[in-house]
Amino acid sequence: MRHTISVLVENKFGVLARISGLFSARGYNIASLAVNETLDPEISAMTIVVEAKDENILEQIKKQLNRLIDVITVTDFTKKEHVDRELVLVKVNYSSKDKTRLENILNKYLAKTVYHKADTAVIEVVGEQAQIKQLLEALTKFGIKELIRGGRIVMAY
Amino acid sequence: MTGAEILLECLKREGVEYIFGYPGGQVLPIFDKLYDSTLKLILTRHEQGAAHAAEGYARATGKVGVCLATSGPGATNLTTGIADAYMDSIPMVAITGQVKTFLIGNDAFQEADVTGITRPITKHNYLVKDTKDLARIIREAFFIASTGRPGPVLIDIPSDVQMQNIEFVWPEVVDIRGYKPTLFGHPGQIKKSARLISQSKKPIIYAGGGVITSGAAQELKVLAEKINAPVTMTLMGLGCFPGTHPLCLGMLGMHGTAYANHATTESDLIIAVGARFDDRVTGRIDSFAPTAKVIHIDIDPTSISKNIKVDIPIVGDAKNILGQLIEEIKKSPDTSEWLKTVDSWKKKHPLKYKSGDGKIKPQYVIEQIYDVTKGDVIVTTEVGQNQMWAAQWFTYIYPRTFISSGGLGTMGFGFPAAIGAKIGCPEKKVIDIAGDGSIQMNIQELATCVANKINVKVFILNNGYLGMVRQWQELFYKKRYSHTPIYSPDFVKLAESYGAVGIRVNKKEQVRAAIIKAFDTDNVVFVDIAVDPEENVWPMVPAGEAINRMIEGLA
Repeated sequence: MRHTISVLVENKFGVLARISGLFSARGYNIASLAVNETLDPEISAMTIVVEAKDENILEQIKKQLNRLIDVITVTDFTKKEHVDRELVLVKVNYSSKDKTRLENILNKYLAKTVYHKADTAVIEVVGEQAQIKQLLEALTKFGIKELIRGGRIVMAY
Repeated sequence: MTGAEILLECLKREGVEYIFGYPGGQVLPIFDKLYDSTLKLILTRHEQGAAHAAEGYARATGKVGVCLATSGPGATNLTTGIADAYMDSIPMVAITGQVKTFLIGNDAFQEADVTGITRPITKHNYLVKDTKDLARIIREAFFIASTGRPGPVLIDIPSDVQMQNIEFVWPEVVDIRGYKPTLFGHPGQIKKSARLISQSKKPIIYAGGGVITSGAAQELKVLAEKINAPVTMTLMGLGCFPGTHPLCLGMLGMHGTAYANHATTESDLIIAVGARFDDRVTGRIDSFAPTAKVIHIDIDPTSISKNIKVDIPIVGDAKNILGQLIEEIKKSPDTSEWLKTVDSWKKKHPLKYKSGDGKIKPQYVIEQIYDVTKGDVIVTTEVGQNQMWAAQWFTYIYPRTFISSGGLGTMGFGFPAAIGAKIGCPEKKVIDIAGDGSIQMNIQELATCVANKINVKVFILNNGYLGMVRQWQELFYKKRYSHTPIYSPDFVKLAESYGAVGIRVNKKEQVRAAIIKAFDTDNVVFVDIAVDPEENVWPMVPAGEAINRMIEGLA
């Protein structure tokens, strides 16, 4: 099962390596990772989506993260009320006769075209997991040429 | 002050007296300041020796061990010792030189990414990019190394940072927001544990190195006697409970005593203190103590419920928690039936070996060393059969008297560790129980011993084999002794060539006299003892088996 963990860390060089090294050394899988500065420039927030077989492994991951000196707090959002978002860019085949059909889909999933030329459109969507999944399914019929997903970010209510 | 001067001043303020190290290009500014410093540097003959000596010093004294090496190969040679200290939770600060800051990343001469290399084998590490940060980093390093679950901290210092002149400011306080070890046990958990202990009928205390680290040996004894529970120890725990005590079951696990393994398997409550249920202890996990509830006391939350499901976790310092627990237990359980059963196992399955065929049995040598010293000695070991016999056949009575490489299992550990222990405890006898294989992994440290009059005694149980691997080949690889028969030099002549003393023992009758002579000799002594070449360590739990399914090896 996938879990979203938010980790506040010291904003120093090498901290990302410590975190990624911990995951690789102990055989945990990172599904997605997003890192940036917080309001306090000395602290970075990392949102890590991890794959954990069971509760025990998830517990170990959290404890191991906490053990790192540069880690300030670890928050598991699995059972916490939160909002999460992901940014996705999709390049699809496009022709002018598809215009209305495509626009209907984009409106439905709050996505938009950020660029298009004769045969290609680049679509942007910011949303949550289910919404992105449905959008991507709807877009398959146009033919997806390329897909880039950013890391998930998360915030408690 | 220059960075190098700040470093030495900070080390002094941290209470450091000795540094184990080796010079090189990128630590020249530090060595120049050491030339007229009151800090004493013990020059080893290999950086690995320096790291293990720092470990031995730390294990024997409880203080932080310090080692120092140059950049690149100097630093990489330290890494085995750093990894060893990490596995065995030994407080150590390793200081390495680094190429100048503007050369970092340029593949400069003797450059290696040492903070990168040591990241997974240190509790924390630092690359100092500005002399202004140096004092704070050293303070933090000592604090991190010595508190919580101790471990090695590495400080990588580029040579220009060592040379830069700035005003020295001693940071009075250390405050690391991401590092606040829990010291006292949660009162609710203590209450629950006390209740569980009072209700238990077959409790056993399983004690590890954390008891020694925390200085909790006395509390452990009080608890064991209060609840009348037998005590078994990990390899790292030996000495935390007196081996002479009637409740002592010795070591458990792969080469533990049969009675410790039976008692653990049959128990209804395990009180684990400062131990981590390592695979050498548990054997096959699903058969480990199937009927026992588990109380786990440890300062490191990650050790709890990592391998074994724990019923009551208590995070904190063992000394504090045992004190809280002793206070909280109102009713001691009635364990008289249980202790009778345990005693019957002790009688039925004692540690034993066959003697009488004229060969010198390694177990006999160790018994004799105990008999001569009465346990008043610090024992270090190498790794392999010598280590297991030293764990089984010597009776450890006091904490910090058994120093061995437990987690990493580093051959070549014992001799330099003995050097560090002797430097830390000069008034004590210090011996290394070695094999003919292991001793050759850091034998160059003979020069360190002789040059500094560090009069440790090395007992080489010489069987002509890499014995533990040979034992596995005998039992599990059809006696195909692939690369385990090993050629060795004449250890007596070798010792003499260094200016040390060598004693050869070929007959059983010579063993005791040789031990006495070794202790009476005011020099480093190598005692080369020709032991039975194919003697095995028994009992033995085959890898992946339940710990009560031992091969006892003898009819």
